[in-house]
Amino acid sequence: MLNYQTSTATPLDLAFQALADPTRRTMVERLSLGPASVSELAQPLDMTLSAVVQHLAVLEASGLVRSQKVGRVRTCRIEPQVLSAAERWLSERRASWERRFDRLGAFLAETAEDPEDRAAATTASAPQATKRRRKKK
Amino acid sequence: MIKRSALPATFTINRHYPAKPARVFAAWASVEAKARWAYCDEAWKPQLHELDFRVGGRERAITGPAGGARHIFEAVYWDIVPGERIVFSYDMHLDARRISVSLSTIEFFAEAGGTRMRFTEQGVFLDGYDDVAGREEGTRIGLDNLERVLREGLDRGELDQTETDRRRAAS
Repeated sequence: MLNYQTSTATPLDLAFQALADPTRRTMVERLSLGPASVSELAQPLDMTLSAVVQHLAVLEASGLVRSQKVGRVRTCRIEPQVLSAAERWLSERRASWERRFDRLGAFLAETAEDPEDRAAATTASAPQATKRRRKKK
Repeated sequence: MIKRSALPATFTINRHYPAKPARVFAAWASVEAKARWAYCDEAWKPQLHELDFRVGGRERAITGPAGGARHIFEAVYWDIVPGERIVFSYDMHLDARRISVSLSTIEFFAEAGGTRMRFTEQGVFLDGYDDVAGREEGTRIGLDNLERVLREGLDRGELDQTETDRRRAAS
């Protein structure tokens, strides 16, 4: 049985987590063109090499990317077989809910008439401020 | 011929909305509100959408691309706690073919700045992951990067075992 809850992270879960980050998506996009060394991966990214290595570790843990060290150079490549056909189908079902929930967010924003909700939409700290005021009374 | 398969699986989606739980809950509770986000798609106009939002009530929606397969959603509401929780089961048909049966739990938690909504789907996915409509939907939805990466990998001949088996079974 496939279980996609975070408590028991599975390949698909890890893949989603790995791809949730724009830096890692950039790395995967680069690798989709062909294998690359860690320094080649780091080159277009505005961050330290050690940060890139950390992102690479997440991608490797997800199974999306594999790396191999030959001499002093670590070469990375994508591992497309991480997701089976079944998992791709499930990822599509999940994505269809994700899209609905995007539209739900847009709908809630469009229909925000309540001033408290409006405040919440503009600043996340607003409700806490309200709470503090209430306590003083 | 349909290749029979049953794949039980669970996934969870967490979302934060800058709105109070009552309002996020309300978006699920009426056909008018739900039509605004759940079944309306630029290209997929719902041909039918009925919702009887109460315990024991049913929901039915038929959508799909013009001239393409009809996606038929039928649900039964098992548990409703206003502002807090909704539990429903549903099945999905692609025309006459049942492709999944699921139990969905939606929970609404008040948190700083709004509501955390947790959606959990526990389902069994039937015979379905090989169908054209699934792929069509996947492309439409665009898990852009991932899909492209996978496809490019496949184009390079790096077929995974499932893919190879599938092709063997299909030929």
